[in-house]
Amino acid sequence: MAYSEKVLDHYENPRNVGVIDDDLSVGTGMVGAPACGDVMRLQIKVNSDGIIEDAKFKTYGCGSAIASSSLVTEWVKGKSLDEAAGIKNTHIAEELALPPVKIHCSVLAEDAIAAAIDNYRSKHQ
Amino acid sequence: MSNIKLPIYLDYSATTPIDPRVAAKMAECLTIEGNFGNPASRSHSFGWTAEAAVDLARQQVADLVNADHREIVWTSGATESDNLAIKGAAHFYRKKGNHIITLKTEHKAVLDTCRQLEREGFTVTYLDPQENGLLDMEALKAATTDQTILISIMHVNNEIGVIQDIAAIGEFARANRIIFHVDAAQSTGKVEIDLQTLQVDLMSFCAHKTYGPKGVGALYVRRKPRVRLEAQMHGGGHERGMRSGTLATHQIVGMGEAFRIAKEEMATENERIRMMRDRLYNGLKDMEEVYVNGDLEHRIAGNLNISFNFVEGESLIMALRDLAVSSGSACTSASLEPSYVLRALGRNDELAHSSIRFTIGRFTTVEEIDYTVDLVRAAVEKLRGLSPLWDMYKDGVDLNSVEWVAH
Repeated sequence: MAYSEKVLDHYENPRNVGVIDDDLSVGTGMVGAPACGDVMRLQIKVNSDGIIEDAKFKTYGCGSAIASSSLVTEWVKGKSLDEAAGIKNTHIAEELALPPVKIHCSVLAEDAIAAAIDNYRSKHQ
Repeated sequence: MSNIKLPIYLDYSATTPIDPRVAAKMAECLTIEGNFGNPASRSHSFGWTAEAAVDLARQQVADLVNADHREIVWTSGATESDNLAIKGAAHFYRKKGNHIITLKTEHKAVLDTCRQLEREGFTVTYLDPQENGLLDMEALKAATTDQTILISIMHVNNEIGVIQDIAAIGEFARANRIIFHVDAAQSTGKVEIDLQTLQVDLMSFCAHKTYGPKGVGALYVRRKPRVRLEAQMHGGGHERGMRSGTLATHQIVGMGEAFRIAKEEMATENERIRMMRDRLYNGLKDMEEVYVNGDLEHRIAGNLNISFNFVEGESLIMALRDLAVSSGSACTSASLEPSYVLRALGRNDELAHSSIRFTIGRFTTVEEIDYTVDLVRAAVEKLRGLSPLWDMYKDGVDLNSVEWVAH
């Protein structure tokens, strides 16, 4: 399978790999299943102004899944929760030039953002 | 390391390069200066010379498996041989019964042919292999009925390289008057085959896994006791009516020469390849959470199928771009399903997704193996650093206890 330059770049040099120690300012989303071949864990750290100031990921999955999650950690930083929730899989797929069989990777990345935001909000109800 | 040419080919079970000695023989059968005639032309020397070349090749193929040259039928490859054997026997013997037994880890050329026969009204039993990939003889016996007309079991599995006990299966089939077909596409030149002692009725071969050309194969059809087939390809009545179509002299000559070399060099070649496979395995086996798929003893020398737990196969293949290997990962198949062979062994999906098949062959070097070991170790370490599953495993989380959100 041929990968786009951007997928290769994120795969070779993934941005923001890691773990943020959990506290009230952190939202963690884990989506996917090992049986399906993709698991993404996305974490966001939200400051007192409601802005995402840090994001980290770890992903088990194909190169496109790793690239999708790496990309969204870059995109969510500096955004409010509502702005981050506006990132759609189509944006991710377009940016990375994902082929049709890899669209599910971008869907999973969108799900990961939503799950991380949900987790953060559930701590602040 | 400087003299290694990248990428390194470690996918000999997908196909092999043609041995230069084979290519030279093939090249003699193409042009006006060469042996280009139609082997079926009876009225001139061009035909006779071509026929002589085909006859020699037929003998060379027969010699590798200790068969009679009259028992070899040329085909376009193992897929066609499987189709001819299974459909041909089923159609010919359908008055006798309508039941066929095969194994879930067979090649698709066997499984899909059996599916087609099911649509035609036959009943097919697809046996589960044991965890090591080998057929359970008791399960075979239990599945056999008085309607069973055909058993089709492969000799060597293409993904995991395990060798089935076709002597024992053949003995059982013969005692019960059941036709026994063996797909031997992956075993020629790797495992001794003696059709004088094996009770095999039909055996499929191809050239391109044994350093011959793609597009040519053969079917062994036993004469004593005689096995009958209904032709699947009709036409000029070539190959004693079992497979019509002008014989491709250059392809057939290539297969003959490839099988001649295989017979001559198999013993020394196997030893050399086994040494390299063991070197590869020894270089990887001390890593954490590494599993060999399929029995390591009853296995061809050149195959190592190994799962690197918590690393997804396609991303691993990306990291191993300097290697030509294949994976059981869903993402590397068109269907997005992980390897049906590994799943039939009872491997969970994670391990199936994490599998890499290395197959070593005639032109592999020790330097290439050492380079591969270093590359694989570094890639697995890098990807485990990215893997949330690896973190969870290290934290002692039982992944089976997690409620995953499947998608």
